[in-house]
Amino acid sequence: MAYSEKVIDHYNNPRNVGSFPKELLGVGTGLVGAPECGDVMKLQIKVNLDTGVIEDAKFKTFGCGSAIASSSLATEWLKGKSVEEAAKIKNTDIVNELKLPPVKIHCSVLAEDAIKAALADYRGKWGKKEAAAGATAS
Amino acid sequence: MALKFPIFMDSHSTTPVDPRVLEAMIPYFTEKFGHPGSRNHPFGWEAEAAADRAREQVAKLIGARDPKEVVFTSGGTEAINLAIKGVAEMYREKGTHIVTTAIEQRAGLDVCKRLERLGYQVTYIPVGADGLVDVEEVRKAITDKTILISGMFANNEIGTIQPVAEIGKLAKEKGIIFHCDATQAVGKIPVDVEAMGIDLLSATAHMIYGPKGVGALYVRRKNPRVRIAPMIDGGGHERGMRSGTVPVPLAVGFGKAAEICREVMAEEGVRLKALRDKLQDKILSSLDEAYLNGHPEKRLPHNLNISFAYVEGESVLMGLNKEVALASGSACTSATLEPSYVIAALGVGSELAHSSIRFGLHRFTAEEEVEYVGNRTVEVVTRLREMSPLYELAKEGVDIKSIQWKAQ
Repeated sequence: MAYSEKVIDHYNNPRNVGSFPKELLGVGTGLVGAPECGDVMKLQIKVNLDTGVIEDAKFKTFGCGSAIASSSLATEWLKGKSVEEAAKIKNTDIVNELKLPPVKIHCSVLAEDAIKAALADYRGKWGKKEAAAGATAS
Repeated sequence: MALKFPIFMDSHSTTPVDPRVLEAMIPYFTEKFGHPGSRNHPFGWEAEAAADRAREQVAKLIGARDPKEVVFTSGGTEAINLAIKGVAEMYREKGTHIVTTAIEQRAGLDVCKRLERLGYQVTYIPVGADGLVDVEEVRKAITDKTILISGMFANNEIGTIQPVAEIGKLAKEKGIIFHCDATQAVGKIPVDVEAMGIDLLSATAHMIYGPKGVGALYVRRKNPRVRIAPMIDGGGHERGMRSGTVPVPLAVGFGKAAEICREVMAEEGVRLKALRDKLQDKILSSLDEAYLNGHPEKRLPHNLNISFAYVEGESVLMGLNKEVALASGSACTSATLEPSYVIAALGVGSELAHSSIRFGLHRFTAEEEVEYVGNRTVEVVTRLREMSPLYELAKEGVDIKSIQWKAQ
């Protein structure tokens, strides 16, 4: 199968590979996929707690070139977005940008799932902190 | 030697035509173009003689007593179809049960699946972790309705060489026809239909440095005389088993390729095994959690199949494909989007099937190429592991299997 130039570029020069400490309050971690299906993505966001803006994003992916490119692109797009804006990223945006063929659409779906999971993890932590803060105040 | 790119290391899919083979073929496209069935003029005689010489060359390579036992087909797939379907139809009155293995190539499995839909029963013998079929399992699977045992000589992914002679002996003992798919073994390791008790044997030219488009089915004529129903009806060529004009230039190429293999096989096998072992040592000594698939000794000398834990096969190929042609058992590289059923049959878990890479050396593989491919493979796998969340988890001491993964 021939890959689009953008997929090849992300594969050869993946953006934002790495990890943040999961326990940090501003960090949201999404881990989606399954090893037996051949793809697992870990996507993390680091949110500025004052502004609610995603300051940084990182990923690690086990999967084909299109899965690596989809998650690499997602981290690029997440940076600078508010948490609300980030939730609007759709897998179809990734498909269009990377020109993924039909058999690779599941890679973009997985990337969208990873974004959602990271956002949910971040919100979950934040909710717990507020609940804890509330409990102390009373 | 200056390396020429891309390096071809996918010789289980096909091989380049040997220049000597091509040279032998060329006259049969042009001045010697006759139809081997034309009995009344020199063009026909010449063509028939050429086809018969090719038949003899192929027969010699596989230890057949009589060149008439070699039936030319369009390739390995057709030979396998003709063998299994031909026996199924011819012996239907005798029984409707076939014993085969779980790791046959697609042609073998798909023919059996079709026969199941037509009312036949098929037993698929599993293989051990080393890819070997247990002959006792074959024995246990046989019933009084069994008409055929069909199994590979050597596997196309992991190169594991089956105990063919023992299966042949069992088949004789039970009076059951034994078909062996030897497309990967012929010309690479000794194959002898007489010594090994093989009744039907499938082979293809393009796996032994011959042309694509021609193969052969060996059909035993004595002890026992095997009869098969033809799939293609027509002029009754190939003793009525395969109608259609024999493609003389291709058959001549097949014959020449067989003759060369017979001469060089022993030496070539030693050379390729040494190179293969070098590649294997380089990779396994440089990387942790890289696993050899298949039997460590009982395998084709030019085959190497390794699973690289925590990286996906297609991504490995993508990192190499401008420089090296390889194959993977990853779902993303298969037409069916399923990971390799051969690697999965070894019981290693499908995540390692996704991570498998197959290296296939061949007659024209140079030592420098092996060194280059070994080094680049290690580099690419290392780079991909640095971006693998599974490798990170494993390094943190997390058991990947303990995580509740949500499959899509």
